[in-house]
Amino acid sequence: MGKNLKKAYYIARKDLKAYYLKPPLISWGLMLPIVFILAFYLKNPQGISEVSPGLVGMTMLFSTTSMAAIVISFEKRIDALERLLMAPIHLRTILFGKGLGAAAFGFVMGLFALVLMVFVFGLRISYPFSLFVSLILSCFAFAFLGILISVGVKEVFEAMTLSNFFRFPMIFLCGVFFPILSMPVALQVIGFCLPLTYSVDALRQSLLSHGGVLHRWVDILILAGFCVMLFEIALAIFRKRTQESN
Amino acid sequence: MCGGVRDMDKNGIIQVQGLSKRFGDIQAVDRLDFSVKEGEIFGFLGPNGAGKTTTIRMLVGLLRPDSGSAFVNGHDVLKEPVRAKESVGVVPESSNLYGELSAMENLIYMGQLYGLPKKEWRGRSEELLREFNLLDRQDGKFQGFSRGMKRRLTIAAALVHRPRILFLDEPTTGLDVMSARGLRGVVKKLKEKGVTVFLTTHLIQEAEDLCDRVAIIVKGKIRVTDTPEALKERVKETEVLEIRPKPVSQGLLSKMESLTGVEKAALVEDKLRLYGKSLHGSVCQILNQLNAEGVSILSIQTLTPTLEDAFVKLTGVDAEVMRVDKPVKMGGPG
Repeated sequence: MGKNLKKAYYIARKDLKAYYLKPPLISWGLMLPIVFILAFYLKNPQGISEVSPGLVGMTMLFSTTSMAAIVISFEKRIDALERLLMAPIHLRTILFGKGLGAAAFGFVMGLFALVLMVFVFGLRISYPFSLFVSLILSCFAFAFLGILISVGVKEVFEAMTLSNFFRFPMIFLCGVFFPILSMPVALQVIGFCLPLTYSVDALRQSLLSHGGVLHRWVDILILAGFCVMLFEIALAIFRKRTQESN
Repeated sequence: MCGGVRDMDKNGIIQVQGLSKRFGDIQAVDRLDFSVKEGEIFGFLGPNGAGKTTTIRMLVGLLRPDSGSAFVNGHDVLKEPVRAKESVGVVPESSNLYGELSAMENLIYMGQLYGLPKKEWRGRSEELLREFNLLDRQDGKFQGFSRGMKRRLTIAAALVHRPRILFLDEPTTGLDVMSARGLRGVVKKLKEKGVTVFLTTHLIQEAEDLCDRVAIIVKGKIRVTDTPEALKERVKETEVLEIRPKPVSQGLLSKMESLTGVEKAALVEDKLRLYGKSLHGSVCQILNQLNAEGVSILSIQTLTPTLEDAFVKLTGVDAEVMRVDKPVKMGGPG
């Protein structure tokens, strides 16, 4: 177990060094929350606190899924992913390592959005521990979603297109802009099937201490369930696709 | 199996039995049986699409065979893939290290993935960079390297964990003459160090120069497995006549093969090569036929059979087919 975790860490560290910590990606990652926050602040300066959980969630969703999907589809394209598949590493460890790198990137971006909210707009954090746990689990759930997306595509642009197919509806269905309970029942059902709903709900309660649909720890538990489910589905499909026998 | 040679050695470091793989309607690999002895250079020789890469991909755990079994260093590649991979280094056909990382970083990363102890990461990487003449470029990014340097670093990366077996898929494809010669020297040195090398090639000369034993594979089946010397011995009684005609045309081949005593005719570059057991008795007939076709003869000579001649004779595949270099996969951005 320890050996596998170490290898997952090396895979994540390599991805961070080779792809994530490049000036264009960092600036893109930093621009994303700034643009989101400014757009909402200019429209309604007083209401910025209310939408802050959604903005942090969106920042993590976009940065994490993009990176996971792009990195894996890019490495598939140039045959570099085969390097990992040829190494004495279980496929489970490889995918976890890939997810770990993307989740770390999303976590830093989400944290940056949060720091902006706290220091520029005076947002107060009500429950720091549940905030930390929900940030971490959200990043992992989104990273594994990104991996799942990358499994089904061959080209990087396909990964981007398919990512948006999942992400844009999530923005409207998961309580980012308006409460999920105010939507028609059919849309609520869809919303409750998506991980961003629980991420935003947990973040809202952890930051603002009100407005949650479920208790924040229930949200966190469901987010953990999403992590396991998305990872296992991605693993099963990946194994089938690569005809891996690990 | 064609050729009637069943090559199974129970002590082989690689043992393959009945290995098959089909892609749709194409039987890429058809019931392969062979074994590779420890410390030898074993070559898979065949034209493009013969099933060489598919075989390597099954042996290194990248593809699941439809049937059959394969043991690498005593481990079943299907049941214990991770254990099997621990003792193996793989050099795929495309040099697929990480473009964004330097030579040193790539080797250290491989050391990490293959479980090399931390204290050895840098030392072992430096040792390999020195051995492959890349130490002065240790901080250069892989994406900025020439094709030959990329190939050398890819081989170095496969050796970081000191594997007992090295798989080399078309090691010199796309390289210039000097780089290819340098790489062949590297492979010979590995054998001296006791590393077992399994290589695939479509270059007959490469197989003859490097391999202790060669398996000739065509359309997914092994036609024959033997040492290059023994393969040549098989066609020793065959006489080879090489004629340089002007003009050269494919049409000459069927005309030559229709003559008594000519068993096989092939075009090798701009030369017409004729094979037969008693060609000396047919020389006049051959020259008369060429004359009748309006073909001038620039030179004519008899040859000692080479592995290429053995290949042509044993497989019926034109040696010219083997000279077609595979298109080399180019890396994308990054």
